[in-house]
Amino acid sequence: MDLRNNFWSTARKKYSIYMVLVTLFIVCSFVNENFLSVNNLTNISRQLAVTTILAFGETMLIICGMLDLSAGSVLALSGVFAVYTYKMYGSLLAAVLVGILTGVVCNLINVVMISTFKAPPFIATLAMMTMARGVALLFTKGQNILQLGNFVVLGQGSIGIIPIPVVFLIVVAIFTWYILKHTRFGRSLYAVGGNEEASIASGINVHKVKYMAFIINGVLVGLAGVLFMSRVNAGLPNGAINYEFTALTAAIIGGTSFSGGIGTAGGTLAGAFIVGFLDNIMNLTNIDSYVQQIIRGAIIALAVIYDIHSKNRRTKSMLGRIDDRAVEKKPN
Amino acid sequence: MEENIKLRVSQIEKSFPGVKALDKIDFAVKKGSVHVLCGENGAGKSTLMKIINGIYQPDSGQIYIDEKPVKINSPIQARNLGISMIFQELNYIPEMTVEENIFLGNLPVNRFGKVNWKEVRQRTKELLKTENLPYSPTTLLKDLTVSDIQMLEITKAISYKSDIIIMDEPTSAITLKEAEKLFVKIGELKARGVSIIYISHKLDEIFRIADEITVLRDGTVVESHSREELDIETVISLMVGRKLTNTYPKEQIEIGEDLLQVENLNCANVYHDISFHARKGEIVGFAGLVGAGRTEVMRSLFGLDPRDSGTIRVRGKEVNIKNVGQSIENGMVMLSEDRRRYGIVPMRSVEENTTLSHLKKVFYGFRHHRKVEQSIVSDIFKKLKVKTPALDTVIASLSGGNQQKVVLAKWMIRDPDILILDEPTRGIDVGAKFEIYKLMTDLAREGKVIIMVSSELPELIGMCDRIYVMAKGTITGEIAREDFSQELIMKYATGTLTSNGVK
Repeated sequence: MDLRNNFWSTARKKYSIYMVLVTLFIVCSFVNENFLSVNNLTNISRQLAVTTILAFGETMLIICGMLDLSAGSVLALSGVFAVYTYKMYGSLLAAVLVGILTGVVCNLINVVMISTFKAPPFIATLAMMTMARGVALLFTKGQNILQLGNFVVLGQGSIGIIPIPVVFLIVVAIFTWYILKHTRFGRSLYAVGGNEEASIASGINVHKVKYMAFIINGVLVGLAGVLFMSRVNAGLPNGAINYEFTALTAAIIGGTSFSGGIGTAGGTLAGAFIVGFLDNIMNLTNIDSYVQQIIRGAIIALAVIYDIHSKNRRTKSMLGRIDDRAVEKKPN
Repeated sequence: MEENIKLRVSQIEKSFPGVKALDKIDFAVKKGSVHVLCGENGAGKSTLMKIINGIYQPDSGQIYIDEKPVKINSPIQARNLGISMIFQELNYIPEMTVEENIFLGNLPVNRFGKVNWKEVRQRTKELLKTENLPYSPTTLLKDLTVSDIQMLEITKAISYKSDIIIMDEPTSAITLKEAEKLFVKIGELKARGVSIIYISHKLDEIFRIADEITVLRDGTVVESHSREELDIETVISLMVGRKLTNTYPKEQIEIGEDLLQVENLNCANVYHDISFHARKGEIVGFAGLVGAGRTEVMRSLFGLDPRDSGTIRVRGKEVNIKNVGQSIENGMVMLSEDRRRYGIVPMRSVEENTTLSHLKKVFYGFRHHRKVEQSIVSDIFKKLKVKTPALDTVIASLSGGNQQKVVLAKWMIRDPDILILDEPTRGIDVGAKFEIYKLMTDLAREGKVIIMVSSELPELIGMCDRIYVMAKGTITGEIAREDFSQELIMKYATGTLTSNGVK
């Protein structure tokens, strides 16, 4: 096997997502002159912030071999509670804390079902999705909470030209990158998702890893809930429907493997912006919104096929193992 | 040539990458007789049967049925030729009913593809009646015992009008009483003129049911005789009679005090009354046949599986091991027999796989120390002679031997005192085997305890200072190095001998 060839193929695999993002960015700026405007770009980022924060939570869960279908519902519930808190006490800090706490509690229930009672993540979080939405609707009696006063600053305000949600997005992105790259917990996520039994046999506390993953996800979902309600300036119990799927899409397009053990923070961020740019350019060029859905679906399909295809190649190379003699080069 | 030969294989050869599994096999089964195939693990029994059943294709050689040459390309073709195989590990779908199982892959359908369930029910009932089986066609398989399902498989074979039935270690998962039922059934089948090829380790049962016995060793037929011409002793010596080569870098090492003491370990239905000890610098072997409970004991000891009772002492101090973490804390690590399942995280790099057992060493001070990780890993790789293109190579792309060395490296960075190696050389090439033996010797010299579970007697005899033999979930014998012999180990392992000295 040609090692240089191997090097290029790994490099291509590693950075292809960023090349796609850059290419798309360049193409978009030629297609429509409004695309490059500061206004448009800050708008895209502001809109993307909420789902991308969810996507980072999903990324960690998928790497660990799980997922969260309840993210959109729990987001709505957290947001509604936060809004209510703000209306009652007028404290932004209290509102944020209540939102995050709600996200954490819901996700603790998720992980108890999954890790302690061994429910499949898909089913457990599907159940939570329905329950959380029900609680949100019950709590608000199905009515939107309006007239929030200064609550709007978190979602609509800016620091300089950078929208506040984007500031949060950047912080969460760096946080996720740090977790995955620089902590024992992050390394354990990859191991547990890659081979749970081997992780147990290596002395990793798999329970703890799963609990941590869901608690972090809860924090992110709660935070996203506050930002979302603040941006729309209302407490919407019916808001953020299907946001978990937008988040999952970003993660998948960003190269996170649904079989677990593979994924990066940077990939997910790129994946989210690829979807965001596409949506934006389709809007700017007045593509029919139904057609947009078809295109978005097709892109997910392509991303998944690519993922499976590259995995097949891996399996093949597993069978046609690297010949020992060909690998005389010693590790440096 | 005798008239009544049903199946004959001639000069069959089969190679897998790096191994010659079968070498010029000649073998004939008479009509209406039970032909037992025996041999050690890896002797080639299963491979030969899979060739006869059409799962593998031979590289060369010919199969004859009723002295006519046939070519068997698939199990379905084998079935049409009247050959059925009952596998060692029964694969069945628990939610399926008896009738669905019997007609699986063979459902009677009309020309629109609609299944004629009436006919299925009818034929199943008849079949169950003629075979004297008490269950109804709609019983779910999960409600049956293993032996029931085995009987059902035999019934299924009969329903295909098979006249050659291959049974691969059918008694490995059933009780003695159930085995009796099976033997009666085999007698009936024989009387009907069915030829049975029966693979087994259990010498006592072999001599009960066999008409003829063929012994395989290292992919060749050693001898083939009728039962009257053989006795247990002869069969054992034929099975293991390979010469020991000096491929074992064994050194005489001064053995120190007890490092590990295990007393009365019990786990209901898995193993019982397990007591043993191991001393500094000692390589202790665990021999036994597949299913004797060796792996289960080691997994419990390592904290992977629970146990009911028993005490474990490390360096004379009682330790409470409930999970792998506690085991590692006490300096005890285990290399699993199933590398792909318990050893590696396939899609991650060799580097990450290595440091997985000791993340604290590379993640500290709130960050990942990449340089430290690289130097730890490349040091240990140099020591273990791991061949990898780079440290960030995905582990699944390495050869089996190198993967095994990476898993060993994972434990070596913990600098353990006690290493449990479960089938450490399974499925790896000779060169890598030797390096692993070498490493074991080095570790013993450093005063560590090595517990080696292996199904390969020559390597146990070559490497160990003492061997415990297990059979049916308990230790049946303890043999010191000066008394090592394959015959003695086999006697303990088959349960034909139990030493009194073992508590």
